Amino acid sequence: MLFRYLFFLLILFPIKTFALIEVDITRGNLNPLPIAVSPLSIDEDSKKSFNQILKKKNIGSEISSVVENNLKKSGLFNPLNKDAFLQKPEIANLKPRFEDWNLIKAQALITGKVKFVDEKLRVEFRLWDVLAGKEMMALAFTTVPSNWRRVGHIITDKVYERLTGEKGYFDTRIIYVSEEGPKTNRVKKLAIMDQDGFNNKFLTLGNELVLTPRFSPTNQMVTYLSYFRNLPRVYLLDIETGMQEVVGDFPGMTFAPRFSPDGKKIIMSFAKDGNSDIYTMDLENRIVERVTNHPSIDTSPSFSPNGKKITFNSDRSGYQQIYIMDSNGKNVKRISFGNGLYGTPVWSPRGDLIAFTKLHKGKFYIGVMRTDGTGERLLTENFYQEAPSWSPNGRVLIFYRETKTNSKGEGFSAKLWSIDLTGYNEKLVETETDASDPSWSSLLGN
Amino acid sequence: MNLSKILKNSFMVLIASLVLTACATQKKSTNLTQGDVYTGTETVEYLASGVKDRVFFATNETVLTTASRETLRKQAAWLRKNSKITIVLEGHADERGTREYNLALGERRANSAKDYLLTYGISSDRISVISYGKERPVDSGSTPLSWSKNRRSVTVKAN
Repeated sequence: MLFRYLFFLLILFPIKTFALIEVDITRGNLNPLPIAVSPLSIDEDSKKSFNQILKKKNIGSEISSVVENNLKKSGLFNPLNKDAFLQKPEIANLKPRFEDWNLIKAQALITGKVKFVDEKLRVEFRLWDVLAGKEMMALAFTTVPSNWRRVGHIITDKVYERLTGEKGYFDTRIIYVSEEGPKTNRVKKLAIMDQDGFNNKFLTLGNELVLTPRFSPTNQMVTYLSYFRNLPRVYLLDIETGMQEVVGDFPGMTFAPRFSPDGKKIIMSFAKDGNSDIYTMDLENRIVERVTNHPSIDTSPSFSPNGKKITFNSDRSGYQQIYIMDSNGKNVKRISFGNGLYGTPVWSPRGDLIAFTKLHKGKFYIGVMRTDGTGERLLTENFYQEAPSWSPNGRVLIFYRETKTNSKGEGFSAKLWSIDLTGYNEKLVETETDASDPSWSSLLGN
Repeated sequence: MNLSKILKNSFMVLIASLVLTACATQKKSTNLTQGDVYTGTETVEYLASGVKDRVFFATNETVLTTASRETLRKQAAWLRKNSKITIVLEGHADERGTREYNLALGERRANSAKDYLLTYGISSDRISVISYGKERPVDSGSTPLSWSKNRRSVTVKAN
């Protein structure tokens, strides 16, 4: 699937009102904002053209459904039932009769129009403040028809940003490991999907064990661990071309890879003679640098968003704990001090928090702490779960959970879950197969 | 209640509390584990008559127990007798840990076994090491006994 896109962003009537409607995403949201998402209006000719190309009878409704589902899943919005809408899409888009929308208790309204122009899909949408009776935002853009789902995600991002003041996370993808088979003989493949579960694609065949894929900030490349030829090593995969190459020429297992924030380096662990240390490799000049040099296990490195610091997992104190250090390996400082074992530290894209997995008294927790180790907050507890990954706006975490129906291990399944930083809105992320090791991309438009 | 009954009841309570505190240690021994190191033979295969193919570890540990060292001495003897054989040591961890740390733990366990074999004169170019972390359990259950069977280093013939 070629991932070409073409966007012309035209800003029409950017009337700025002061926001009467505002959504606070820093607190648990028990009052989702009632929002009406009107199907995008579409003329008959465009309808026919899109149906021919995309096999969708009404692309205007399809796009607005993408928006609606995104908003609902965020837990912050309550998209109202379309059957109650009084105004037709064509009319609402020009000038909504706010009394009609007020009647159904909508506080915000999204309307728009989609058209087939020069073989492309052109969309305009508007966000309205129903209570104030004013237009909040109006945008238009053009893309290839096959990108119609991304149109829905981009509209959601723009609306989310306008109403919360934070960047959205809807025009993104998740890379993960698809799993099948009994636990004693799991078949694992790399897979990628849109953040809402659509456009799932397998990237490897399942012939060799693959683990822990992570996106590059440029979104085109992925790094992961592969047991190709029974030699566990870190690899790079180009999503567009499918080309894979091993990272460096290490005489032993390399694992736990991530990209640096500028996408130029891979940071990973290298294990030799019973010791695992952290190394980086520059992807351009191939220079390898050693970052930690300690007889303990040092692994799961993750850069801070400005690239100046690294958080990692080490058992140098006797048990798995979380540490931070400068990107050159100096000033190593332990930051986890609670009861239990800590692992999988990941630095938030906002720079303010580190998410982690904690194991204590037989239970696994996903939690966050400040980068100095204070303010530890556990978000969710389960018999087995691990490996949080941040949404690009640093407000949502995706992780995975395993369940069994009995202690014999029957009915084993692994699934992706997400939870807001507030600890609310914990929900299952649907995948075709069992899934683990999720990693969230940055916003695709960047 | 008369005095003898009171004394008898107190005695029972005392015994009961002693038994209970004895059970409250972190790593329970059962007839199949010592501490929480598996000592059974289920899942164990044999490289040759009397030569077990694997050694087991306690939770989060990579040290060899006395029983492990005995198994490895027998493996070393067999390897000295069959000098053309090369082996792979596969290190594993149980599922009660994070994935990447478990990969490192498995590597360390396999190297513990390798280092011991080296001290018995087996050349290091006959031995290679691979870690599977928690990816290849032999027992998919979620009991301490299942987990103990998975914390292992297995010696596999490479040629």
